Amino acid sequence: MAVGSVRVDPAAPRPGLRLRELLDHERFLGPAFVTPALLLIVLLVAYPFVMAIYFAMSNAFIGRPSHFVGLRNFVALWESDSFRQTFQNAFVFTGAAVAVKLVLGITLALLLNQQLWFKRMIRGAVLLPWVIPTALSTLGWWWMFNSLYSVVNWTGLALGLMDPPGPNWLGQKYYAMTAVVAVNVWRGLPFFAICILAGLVSIPRELYEAAEADGAGPAARFWHITLPLLKPVLAIVILFSTIFTFSDFNIVYVLTNGGPINSTHLFATLTRQVGLESGQIGQGAAISLYLFPVLVFVVWAQLKFVRRQVY
Amino acid sequence: MAVKRRPLARKILLHLGLLPFLLFAVFPFYHMTLTSLKTDRELYDRHAVPLLIRQGATLDHYQKLLWDTAFLTWIKNSLLVTAIATTVSVVIGTIAAYALARLQFFGVDPFGTGIFVTYLVPTSLLFLPLAQVVHWLGLADSKWALVVTYPTFLVPFCTWLLMGYFRTVPKEVEECAMVDGATRIQALIHIVLPMAIPGIVCAVLFAFTFSWNEFIYALTFTSSSDQITASVGITSELIRGDIYFWGGLMAGAVLASIPIVILYVFFLDYYVSGLTAGAIK
Repeated sequence: MAVGSVRVDPAAPRPGLRLRELLDHERFLGPAFVTPALLLIVLLVAYPFVMAIYFAMSNAFIGRPSHFVGLRNFVALWESDSFRQTFQNAFVFTGAAVAVKLVLGITLALLLNQQLWFKRMIRGAVLLPWVIPTALSTLGWWWMFNSLYSVVNWTGLALGLMDPPGPNWLGQKYYAMTAVVAVNVWRGLPFFAICILAGLVSIPRELYEAAEADGAGPAARFWHITLPLLKPVLAIVILFSTIFTFSDFNIVYVLTNGGPINSTHLFATLTRQVGLESGQIGQGAAISLYLFPVLVFVVWAQLKFVRRQVY
Repeated sequence: MAVKRRPLARKILLHLGLLPFLLFAVFPFYHMTLTSLKTDRELYDRHAVPLLIRQGATLDHYQKLLWDTAFLTWIKNSLLVTAIATTVSVVIGTIAAYALARLQFFGVDPFGTGIFVTYLVPTSLLFLPLAQVVHWLGLADSKWALVVTYPTFLVPFCTWLLMGYFRTVPKEVEECAMVDGATRIQALIHIVLPMAIPGIVCAVLFAFTFSWNEFIYALTFTSSSDQITASVGITSELIRGDIYFWGGLMAGAVLASIPIVILYVFFLDYYVSGLTAGAIK
C-alpha cells in the first residue's frame, strides 16, 4: 500500500511492537477481523445445514441410532396427504400474500409520498406491525378471529357486510387460509411500503415535470415513469419477501397450528410437528429442506440481477 | 394545472385514502390493549360492544400476570439473551464489515457473498439440526442456547448493514490519519467508527428488535418456565388446556411489546433508514 511507505514513524522494530505492526497489514488484519464471523457461520450455519442433509437421508428418530436410507424420506413425503397439502399451501400462501403486499405496498407508498399532515406520526403508525414481536401480535389476531367473540365478525355484522353468525375464521379451510394470509400481509406491508417509498423518493422530480409539460396524465406518468424506475426496488423487495413468507412459522403456528386438517400448514410448521412433536427427525429435516430450492433461487436472482454492481 | 386547482380538497382526500391503511395497522394493538383492560364480565358478554370499554376498566389481568405467573422471569430471560446476543453480534459484525468494506485480502469477495447468503437463510430451515447441536453443547433447555444461536442471524445482518455505512466514510479521511502516523487500528477507532455511529446505532436497534422478537429458536431450544423468553412464555404457559384467559393473554402480549415500542418511539427514523438499508443497499 502506498500509504505505508510515507509513514512518519520508522522506529526500529522492537519486540513489543510486532503485533501492532502486524495489525497494520491488510493481509493480516482482514482475515483476523472476519475470523469470528466466519467461525460462527461455519459452526452454526454451514455445519447444521450439512446435518440437515444427513438427517434427511437417514431414519433418525429422537433417542435412537440412525441409519442411512437414501431418498426414502422424500418418497414417503410425497405419499403422505399432509405433505402434499402443505406443499400446495406454501405456494398459495406465498403467492397470495406477496401479491397483496405488492399492490397495497405500492398504493400506500404513493400515498405516503405526498405532502401530509402529521407525516412522522403516520409513518410511525404504518411501520408499527413490523416492529412488534410477531408471535405476540398474532395472539391479538387470534383473539380477533375467535369463534365466539370475533371483533372482525362483530364489525362485519354491524356494517351489514356479513350474514349472522359470520364465518368461523380459524375453523374452516378457506377462511383459515384467508386469515393467515391477512395477518402476513398486515405484518409485511410496512416493509413493502417503506422500501417502495424510498424508491419513489429517489426518482428525479424533473422527469415528472417534463412528462406533465408534454401532457401526460397521472396514470400515464405512473405507468411510464414511476413503475419502470421502481423496478429494481420492487425486484429486491419481492425476492426478500418471497423467502421470508415462504419460510414463515410464527403466524401459522400461533393462529392455526396448521389446522383445520393441515389446510394452513407451511413447511416450517410441518417440520416442527413431524420432526419434534412426533420425533421423526429424518422426515422433519427432509420437509425443511424444501425451503432450500426457494432460497437458492432468491440468492441466485439477487446476485445475478440485483447486486451485479457490488460483486 | 388540475392538481393545483383545489389543494386543500385534494389533501383531505389523500388523508381519507390513508385512513383504512392506518386503521388496519393500528387496530390490532388498540383491541389488544382494550381487551387487557376489560373486566371478565364485559369480555365474555356477547351483547357488549367489543370496540369500547363500557363497564369500567380494570388492572386485574395485569396484576394476575405479574404476581401469579412467571412473567417477570420470562422478561428477565428475554432481556438477558437480547442484551448479550446484541452486544456480541454488533461487535463481530462491525469488525467483519470494516474488513469487507475496506481491506484487500485473500477471500474477501467470496466471504462477502457468503455473508449475504447467510443473511437470507431463514431460521426455520435450520432449527431442527441446530437443536441437536445445542444438545451436544450441553445447552439443551437453557437460555444460553439462545445467546449462542441468535448471532447466527444477527451477525450477517449487522455485517451487511454496516458494510454500507463503512463504504460511505471517505477513504481519504482514514488515509490522512495514517499519513499523520496513526496505525490502522487507531484510525479505525478514532476516525472511522465515530463516522459510522449512525450505522452502529441502527445495527444495535435492529439486533435488539430481532432477538427480542425471535420465536422459533426460543420455542425449540427452551421449555422450562425459568428458561423461556417472553414470547414463548406467553404463547405456551399462559395457554393451558381449552380455556383461554384472554384478558391475561392480551395483557402479556401488550407488556412484552413495550420495550420494543419504547425503542421504536425514540428511534423511529433509524428504524425507517435501517429497514430500507438492509434490503436496498
